[in-house]
Amino acid sequence: MAKSNKPIFWSLFAAGGTLAAFLAPVLVLLFLLLSLGHAPAVLSYAGLHAFAAHWFGKLFLLAVITLFLWHAAHRLRVTAFDFGLRQDSVVAVVVYLIAAAGTITTALCLLRI
Amino acid sequence: MSRKPYIRQVSKTSWYLKQPRYMRYMSREVTCIFIGAFALLMVCAVERLSQGQAAFESFMATITGPWSFLGLFVILAFAVHNATNWFNVTPKAMPVQIGEEFLNGKYIVGAHYAIWIVASLVVLFFAGVM
Repeated sequence: MAKSNKPIFWSLFAAGGTLAAFLAPVLVLLFLLLSLGHAPAVLSYAGLHAFAAHWFGKLFLLAVITLFLWHAAHRLRVTAFDFGLRQDSVVAVVVYLIAAAGTITTALCLLRI
Repeated sequence: MSRKPYIRQVSKTSWYLKQPRYMRYMSREVTCIFIGAFALLMVCAVERLSQGQAAFESFMATITGPWSFLGLFVILAFAVHNATNWFNVTPKAMPVQIGEEFLNGKYIVGAHYAIWIVASLVVLFFAGVM
């Protein structure tokens, strides 16, 4: 049977899309309030630091950021093809590298908090 | 043999402009650009958070203002577009079979919308908005 890495990337896409559907609008809303000058308590330094200092906060932020990144990366790969960018293997490497870099950066930064 | 098959000319870069159905498909696909941009924004926020209070607060100051509001508003619109489309296809993505019958799709979609509202309210509560 031919081996394929598609199930790995597709499951990350599906998990990320589901999590984004449930949480992205409300999380964006928090940043939208901040941009208006009405920063919610959790986006203050003390608030977010306390959240990220707890193991649950770390896990939540890592899960949300990682799954959003890999969801976007995989869908962007397919969408690039739809927009006429047919160098799929190049696009795949670029988008997955960005997602991997974001994942590693987030994990390392969270461990320092 | 001099067979000359008919090949329909389709633009590789603008084929989706031909039909509203293709446009709706692309509107769903491009939500990933905005989800990805927001994810990168969160990566930056976490990175600045790990660098201390001054770094974090200067970053948060740069994303305050009308242009950030406009950008985040567009991201919010696409995030909601992704959410509603994602939930609306759940009966097709994971049909629930009870005996011989399939559960009516509106209950599956409705359950997702209910969880979405509750989850959003929980986040807003713990974020200190309400």
